[in-house]
Amino acid sequence: MKVAGLAILGLFGILVVGLLLGGVPVVDGLRLLFQGAFGDRFAISQSLVRATPLLLAGLGVAVAWKAGVFNIGGEGQLVIGALAGATIAKALHGFGIAPLATISILLASVVGGAGWAAVAAWLSIKRGVNLVISTILLNFIGLQLLVYGVDGPLRRAGQSAPMTEQVPDAWMLWRPSRQTDVHFGVVIALLLCIAVGYFLFRTRKGYLMRATGANPQFVRANRYPPEPIQFQAMLISGALCGLAGGVQYLGINGQLTASFSQQYGFLAIPVALVGGLHPAGVAASSFFFGALFAGTSNLSRFGGGGSYFVYVVQGLAVLGLLGYQFLRERNEVTNQ
Amino acid sequence: MIDAVLILRYAAPIAFAAVGETAGQRAGMINIGLEGTMLTSAFVATKVSLATGSPWVGIIVGAVAGLILALLTGVFTIRMQQDQVVVGTAVNLLCFGLCGMLFERWNGATGQLLSLPPLPKFAGGLDVVLLLLVVSAVAISFALFRTEWGLRARTAGEYPASLEAAGYSVIRTQFQALLISGLMAGLGGAYYAIGVAGSFAPDMISGRGFMAIAIVTFARWKPIWGLLSACLVGYFESLQYQLQMTHQDIPKSLLIALPYAATLLILVFSGRSSNAPAALGQPYKGMR
Repeated sequence: MKVAGLAILGLFGILVVGLLLGGVPVVDGLRLLFQGAFGDRFAISQSLVRATPLLLAGLGVAVAWKAGVFNIGGEGQLVIGALAGATIAKALHGFGIAPLATISILLASVVGGAGWAAVAAWLSIKRGVNLVISTILLNFIGLQLLVYGVDGPLRRAGQSAPMTEQVPDAWMLWRPSRQTDVHFGVVIALLLCIAVGYFLFRTRKGYLMRATGANPQFVRANRYPPEPIQFQAMLISGALCGLAGGVQYLGINGQLTASFSQQYGFLAIPVALVGGLHPAGVAASSFFFGALFAGTSNLSRFGGGGSYFVYVVQGLAVLGLLGYQFLRERNEVTNQ
Repeated sequence: MIDAVLILRYAAPIAFAAVGETAGQRAGMINIGLEGTMLTSAFVATKVSLATGSPWVGIIVGAVAGLILALLTGVFTIRMQQDQVVVGTAVNLLCFGLCGMLFERWNGATGQLLSLPPLPKFAGGLDVVLLLLVVSAVAISFALFRTEWGLRARTAGEYPASLEAAGYSVIRTQFQALLISGLMAGLGGAYYAIGVAGSFAPDMISGRGFMAIAIVTFARWKPIWGLLSACLVGYFESLQYQLQMTHQDIPKSLLIALPYAATLLILVFSGRSSNAPAALGQPYKGMR
């Protein structure tokens, strides 16, 4: 409880520092952020909806990093996942049956994300290519593939701006209310959060992944080669990030444009880190950053640049967390 | 026709960062924050050169911004022994956020087109900064492999405990190497804004810092090879622009992806290397 209180206090302080750095009046800025995130029903629904892809991709990042694989490629995996989903949507166009089409599109996004992650994992294991670098490069390539897709093979005919066909309403994820954007993806994300927690902490494979991240020599000494374990961690990671893209596609947009991704896959890295790479922590931090995301839409009243505020807070939050960890470890050493 | 000076100019921002990062990585420091450093330096150089009217002041202050970010990175990675990838990612986020936010607040969300005071050029299109790039690649190579300081730096990257046992400070040595990396990335970013683009946009660096890190691996941790490999990537970049003009039937997005794909392929075929510093990326927690 003490840690949670400290975290809330720390994040509040970071918000203030971020506003000061960006030259936004602090009190008004905080009030507008809060209104945008929790002011009314619509604001709360926006916070939830923004948190959903962050939670899914954040879980993906957490699984990989727990296993000692620095997957920075969540963004590329998310985009390729959505692209794979849109490809299936185009293939099923005209004859798909509602629930089956929805499930196929989501499955395609899972496979797409996992496949994109598998490229980096394979290159790392077989060719010794640094995974941090390869996943970053694959992010850029994935983003250009999205631009190519929406302007080329998947482009909706007779439309001046490049975008894909709108998915039929019946294929979209179920919404409890017409007034808000909350969709069934929120439930999917929460269920997967529990599933990932169970997997990591209650199954043999999850234990092996955590052990590999903590100490690969230990795992190897027990005759488990770490490479296949890390490969599987990357597959799960990519699958979750890809699903984040698919859920965003069928939950909110219904079609892809070049600006489909709002960097959710990239923002998911600090979400996972601030959440301590633990599913419950990732859920809490994704909600915080989702709310912040929703709140920043209000900051535009103080001039542009509000959308960048999330990055500032995330950067400061991760640095703050590292500083806190350092101080805590040092105190433990001196108290011994 | 392939224009060598043009390629060198496109390559210069990546080359600066890659040459500096070579020194950093030889001392064991992976600086993932290179991307954000380049962006911040480009931004600072833009602001300062517009305010003073002098491209030189812009480049110098941009380089100083790189130094300051390296100092910040070092406090977390060297002094506090935190994970270098995590710290670098945080630095990148902070830089993206601050540069984007301040740029939009000062210039509006659409971003008016800024035009910066140009650098004076010699005959043939070369300028002082490009010469500085070549000189600094040679100088860093000399410093790393022919001086006592270089031996210390490389020891910090291979087996830091032995450096400490010999009576030298690992912290100081790694800080020095990291500052070189930050200074060079700062020069690269500032030169990109002033010497190459002549303008600023929050997404202008678009992966060049990350490509520089990739190039260090491909160049087997050798500064001069780093410069040459950066020229290879610079060639792909200028090729991409040329193809955009001559072959308008090829989708532009695929051409933009070309330098990234080329960098990835380069890494695939460079394979594992025994030149990699043994303690690369590992926080040094003192002799135990």
